[in-house]
Amino acid sequence: MCHSELIGQQMVLAIYINGHFYLVPSKIILFVFFSFNTMAQENEEKTVVGLSSSDPMPINKPDHGILLVLRLVAFFATASATIVMALNKETKTLVVATIGSTQVKVTLTAKFQHTPAFVFFVIANGMASLHNLLMIAINIFGSKTDYKGLKLAVVAILDMLNVALISGAANAAAFMAELGKNGNKHARWDKICDKFDTFCNHGGGALIASFMGLGLMLAISVISIIKLLKPKPTNHILFP
Amino acid sequence: MAKTKRATTLVLRFMAFGATLAATIVMATSHQTVDVFATIFSAKYTVSPAFKYFVIANAIVSAYGLLVPFIPAESKLWRSVFALDMVFTMLLISSFSAALAIAYVGKKGNAQAGWFAICGQVPVFCDHVTGALIASVIGFIIYMSLLLHTIHTVLNPLLVGGLG
Repeated sequence: MCHSELIGQQMVLAIYINGHFYLVPSKIILFVFFSFNTMAQENEEKTVVGLSSSDPMPINKPDHGILLVLRLVAFFATASATIVMALNKETKTLVVATIGSTQVKVTLTAKFQHTPAFVFFVIANGMASLHNLLMIAINIFGSKTDYKGLKLAVVAILDMLNVALISGAANAAAFMAELGKNGNKHARWDKICDKFDTFCNHGGGALIASFMGLGLMLAISVISIIKLLKPKPTNHILFP
Repeated sequence: MAKTKRATTLVLRFMAFGATLAATIVMATSHQTVDVFATIFSAKYTVSPAFKYFVIANAIVSAYGLLVPFIPAESKLWRSVFALDMVFTMLLISSFSAALAIAYVGKKGNAQAGWFAICGQVPVFCDHVTGALIASVIGFIIYMSLLLHTIHTVLNPLLVGGLG
């Protein structure tokens, strides 16, 4: 703790730092005091010049790295869910009946197109991965563009819509997969996972990836909305 | 201006509460018993886990929609109301989507999987389920418009009065 003040001619100042008293001659105090003053004045001049310059475009700072990392991982999750489910196909030859000594075989194919829930799952995850890719591109390349301050709002709204989309698609596919795995004895629907286990495993993997993507996109959406609700100081330009 | 906005929000929340409550009640009380080939086939919402999830999710969202309008206007809780809004909207759409998937299989069947349509045998149950789904999607649309309205209110600095 020191008290720098213009005291007088030849006085000695007592400075208390960290439990010890130091005696400093006043000439040194004056030197230190004036040098601090000039540095402060220089800084003030710099900030005054910055505020009054005619620079109407608010330059947003680059986003934090954490949002970019989250978006990247979410993009990989939704893209892998799309690809795994889109390539999900299994063909199996089943023995239906035995007539005499010949076996009657039937070739059945399990494809994702058979179930509208899985079709919706593929389409929704594809759209969500495109959205994530677009947001990553805006993050990296679009730091300086802003249209009437709406960029944050558009990003937040799109994030929210995609969260709703992905949550609907992932849940529909999850319950259809549960139906295929366990069947439904009330409705007399047999389970199919015991015959087409590769199909079921791949579908399960795609579902897990999609749910992870959903969790990440929810976190991203919350962060986007928080950034929207707490505007950065650079967004408010004080016109002189 | 703020009072009008707040009144609009409260009316919308009440309507969404009504929609989700209707969805819960209609799905929970949909019940039909038929005799098919000397076996009694009873269709209730417990037939499928998706319908159970639908009833539970809509009940939770109805309870939330009932409690929120009673928060006083200038309380700090409105900030967390916005986050909770988003979570419950997500819950609503996920339950609607799951129930819709299962109901679609029940209505049209799935020829490749050997699943037969059951709506031909229990038409009243199917109609009740359809009504519950429609009510739930109306509730979801209202909650989504509430969220967008909140963001619009935040963007326009002339509209003050918390995040109502």
